[in-house]
Amino acid sequence: MKVLIVGGGKTLYFLCRNFAAKGYEVVIINRNHEECVQLARQLSATVICGDGSDARILKDAGAMGADAVLAITPNDQDNLVICQLASLKFDVPRTVALANDPDNAHVFEKLGVSAFSSTHIVSSLIEQRASLEQITNLLPVGEGRVNVTEIVLDVQSPVAGKLLRDVELPENALIAVVIRDNQPIVPRGANDLQAGDRLVLITLPENHGPVLRAFAGENNWRGKPFAGE
Amino acid sequence: MARAVKGTKMKNDRYIVIVGCGRLGSYLANQLSRDGNSVVVIDRNENTFHGLSPDFSGFRVEGDATQIAVLKEVKMREADTLIATTHEDNVNLMVAQVARKIFSVPHVLARVFDPNREGVYVQLGIDTICPTSVAADMFLRAVANGTTDEDGARS
Repeated sequence: MKVLIVGGGKTLYFLCRNFAAKGYEVVIINRNHEECVQLARQLSATVICGDGSDARILKDAGAMGADAVLAITPNDQDNLVICQLASLKFDVPRTVALANDPDNAHVFEKLGVSAFSSTHIVSSLIEQRASLEQITNLLPVGEGRVNVTEIVLDVQSPVAGKLLRDVELPENALIAVVIRDNQPIVPRGANDLQAGDRLVLITLPENHGPVLRAFAGENNWRGKPFAGE
Repeated sequence: MARAVKGTKMKNDRYIVIVGCGRLGSYLANQLSRDGNSVVVIDRNENTFHGLSPDFSGFRVEGDATQIAVLKEVKMREADTLIATTHEDNVNLMVAQVARKIFSVPHVLARVFDPNREGVYVQLGIDTICPTSVAADMFLRAVANGTTDEDGARS
């Protein structure tokens, strides 16, 4: 897997370290000469100094054979153009742009570029974790229109000990997976739910609160926070 | 694309948004406003509005046009024409695409300096004007003819 990353700062550094550890081939494009020298010393990645939204630089960086291009510069306009050049000019199969302005995540998607907003992700994580300790993971998908949440059932949960078919779920909600003793099961109506089970739930933002209350109980937010990471 | 507008008659009641109030942006704003169009100029830097002539009758908006909130503020959806003239190619290309795809502005023009970048955006349906290619064309023609007696070239 060959990944081309345009940008700088700590995010880029830790991402590259992570990718390199997985054995990916990483190429970095950065405009700042000093930062390039630093990055080349610290990481086992190819570092190219230049403007990543310049087609010639992308070509030098080997965009033609890259599996993915990640644009995480602090300027949204650059991230958009980098991804568009990569996919239109160099046929890179997967490009992802950082939207610094959270509004732009939606804008980029409409312009045909996959985008994410770290502000958006962090704020929804904080919001959810602050209100519910039992939520161990939360992932907004489908541009934030669907939530994938992982929660742990405790003994006081109103659904503990019930069969799935007897659990009354609000509309548009699904128990996708039950993890018991590290064994993931895709549950059917005949499966039961027990205290200690970790559930992966699919919900919509509109019914997220009611669904979680149905599983965690009204006044019971005790649990095992942040497990499974 | 390098057509000179000299002498072409235009409808003069259009709503035109110009992004970037540098030499080109302010020149276009003054001219289009004088012709009777409603003009709004957006620039990140308030000082650039000094380039507008005293009889400029349009609006000045200080803000970053890559933020959709700023484009909503100038009622982009009602615009007939958007012209992106900032000195950053990528800003022009992004604003032009947002105007066309999200606000459905019928006529969108972007200045793009880098001829390499121009090709991709023609592919995306954005009209671009590349000053580098335009100037190069004129120089080449002038060299070939041994004269500067061309449309748009001044003696």
